[in-house]
Amino acid sequence: MKHLIDIMELSTQEIDSLIEIAEDIIADPGKYSEACHGKKLATLFFEPSTRTRLSFEAAMYELGGQVLGFSEASSSSAAKGESVSDTVRTVSCYADIIAMRHPKEGAPLVASRRDWVPIINAGDGGHFHPTQTLADLLTIHREKNTFENLTIGLCGDLKFGRTVHSLVSAMSRYAGVKFIFISPEELQIPDYIKTDVLDPKGIPYEEERSLERAMPKLDILYMTRVQRERFFNEEDYVRLKDTYILTPQKLKNAKPDLSILHPLPRVNEISVAVDDDPRACYFKQVLNGKFMRMALILKLLEVTV
Amino acid sequence: MIIGQIKDGIVLDHITAGRGMEIYQILKLHNLDCTVAMIENAESEKMGSKDIIKVAKVIDLNFDILAYIDPGITVNIIQDGKLAKREHLTLPERIRGVIRCKNPRCITSTEQELVHEFRLTDPVNKVYRCIYCENVAPSIIK
Repeated sequence: MKHLIDIMELSTQEIDSLIEIAEDIIADPGKYSEACHGKKLATLFFEPSTRTRLSFEAAMYELGGQVLGFSEASSSSAAKGESVSDTVRTVSCYADIIAMRHPKEGAPLVASRRDWVPIINAGDGGHFHPTQTLADLLTIHREKNTFENLTIGLCGDLKFGRTVHSLVSAMSRYAGVKFIFISPEELQIPDYIKTDVLDPKGIPYEEERSLERAMPKLDILYMTRVQRERFFNEEDYVRLKDTYILTPQKLKNAKPDLSILHPLPRVNEISVAVDDDPRACYFKQVLNGKFMRMALILKLLEVTV
Repeated sequence: MIIGQIKDGIVLDHITAGRGMEIYQILKLHNLDCTVAMIENAESEKMGSKDIIKVAKVIDLNFDILAYIDPGITVNIIQDGKLAKREHLTLPERIRGVIRCKNPRCITSTEQELVHEFRLTDPVNKVYRCIYCENVAPSIIK
């Protein structure tokens, strides 16, 4: 593993190995506190994202490393028209590893092609967000102790929701998994996920408009936010943003061991009243994201503890 | 109708009827300084009717793009009036620098020097996707 651009580049064995490292970090964080001493992570965020950037930075600091970077394109030389390749080549003179978020799909792939330093895709447009998927996978594994025989409902913006696409691809490799896609028609899962990922493997899925109807079948409910920044048209955003709001009322028919995930940040799609429900896992997921990013940095820098 | 034999050149045979002129334009055959013959709706035992293009010169052809447009085409290389080589096309795994990604969110929309590249993701339905953003390749046949 040289870079992480797409979660599907990782074999299930590599995911297991990352989960094993993350579990070891959780069990004994002190053991890893100097693992990346003398190493630098550059966070190149051409698109603002406080949460993911802070998670990467916290991960590197907890490994004893240092962090440099920028948090929006206007404060980088991209604003002057520099290419992604040139920016990455320059930064690779200063840093040992790069986490990159970019509004354009494929930018981290461009950054990785010359193998200057390991590149981690921290989100490219509406395309991939593999480290969020690693956080999701660790959370599912910790909650269910397996990836197999789960019915996973994904709800909200399934069209532009990159976390959704990555999670579906990653989970499609495990036996007995079923998906229920809950979305308005305008935000339904892209056809290529069905034709390229699900259909060839014969993985069952349903497309559903009603969250309440799907609820009793679910082992995992993955809620998503309708993202304003993915719309060219404000009118469409306003019309669709409040389609699904998860409330304690809607959870009445849910399984007692349902796990509710959300990549965060949320706006109003999960009522705050749900936060106290023991089935709400989204803040655990944030913490799990940091542990998986720590594990990933160790792997890509080939640091063993 | 009689079209003369070629001494040295290329015959693109078994072109799907009606596509000949578009292939002529995509390959920019009008820029050549040799005789080029375009035959439309020729009788074909195999296809019913077909188009044929004859070029009186051996030129470099992009077989990948030909296969992408019309994989049934046969490319015959003629030398000294005889068939020297016959190529049956296969769908290429990758197509570089020919089709342009139309997705405004793709990195290729802003990085001007990046070569647009597509990979074959569904050979049965002939689907190519951009390697950067995974959007389906637009058709280059109008």
